[in-house]
Amino acid sequence: MILEKVKENFLDDVYETYEFRGDLVAVVNKEIIRGVMKFLKTDPGLDFNILVDLSAVDYLGQDRHPRFDVVYHLYSLAKNHRLRVKTPVDEKDLEVDSITSIWPIANWFEREVWDMFGIKFKGHPNLKRILMYEPFKGHPLRKDYLYNKRQPLVGPKN
Amino acid sequence: MNAQTESPTAGFFTSQLNDMIGWARKYSIFQYPFVTACCGMEYMATACSHYDIDRFGAGLPRFSPRQSDVLMVVGTISHKLAPVLKQIYDQMCDPKWVVAFGVCTCTGGFYDNYATVMGIDTIIPVDVYIPGCPPRPENVLDGLMKLQEKIQRQPSNEASKGALAQS
Repeated sequence: MILEKVKENFLDDVYETYEFRGDLVAVVNKEIIRGVMKFLKTDPGLDFNILVDLSAVDYLGQDRHPRFDVVYHLYSLAKNHRLRVKTPVDEKDLEVDSITSIWPIANWFEREVWDMFGIKFKGHPNLKRILMYEPFKGHPLRKDYLYNKRQPLVGPKN
Repeated sequence: MNAQTESPTAGFFTSQLNDMIGWARKYSIFQYPFVTACCGMEYMATACSHYDIDRFGAGLPRFSPRQSDVLMVVGTISHKLAPVLKQIYDQMCDPKWVVAFGVCTCTGGFYDNYATVMGIDTIIPVDVYIPGCPPRPENVLDGLMKLQEKIQRQPSNEASKGALAQS
């Protein structure tokens, strides 16, 4: 029911919808992501009032273009249903609209995605690193960042 | 080792004085518990009544580096926190000692990634290493007793390791 509503409101921008092991998933175009989120929050039948998680996935090495996926998990307290929304993001155009104005918690989630993957969020009030420190170069959770490549601020580099 | 104890004029008086000052220092340890992670739970367990560290004289933590003499680094130190740790160590006055509590501070522990300092002895000089993940309270008390032996042996006019390293 949720997926049908999303599909009939956004037509071609919804690339696919499916169910994976009990979770409903909708893959949408990143251009309209803000409109989709606003609709999902305000529509009385859907009423998704909690953004549970906002994260990203790097598909490097798996022959998948575009390389990144930004994943949003939504939950509705009153209706008790969940939805996962994914938007493919290409390496050459690493920008997605920020949804901080809709759910304020997205502020820190998007800062973490910027810090770990390098995906910028347009309209974010304070997009800077949150887990690593400012002089750190690179984005650690990408698959091409070596797990033990240290950049110490003090002390030897070993 | 120390000119005072080896020269022929080093007398009975100075060695007795060293022993007395060593005794006084080792039984009045003011620790600065620099707690970041899970080892803090074992630190608290050691400090509380079941495995008391107050009976060793070390029961009063001072939460300011200016007022303490033992810096107990408890828990994982990340590269983001490393300059803060160095600054805290520099702010302590002589004589000072450092205890590396838990394997994360001794060698990096089971972490081998871009964020963790692989052993705090890459940043500050360490006197006693207490391994364990987390170390049992008996292990911590053993380390504390070894630290006390070290404090007792240290001549009273010798600067601590940190000051010697910096000069």
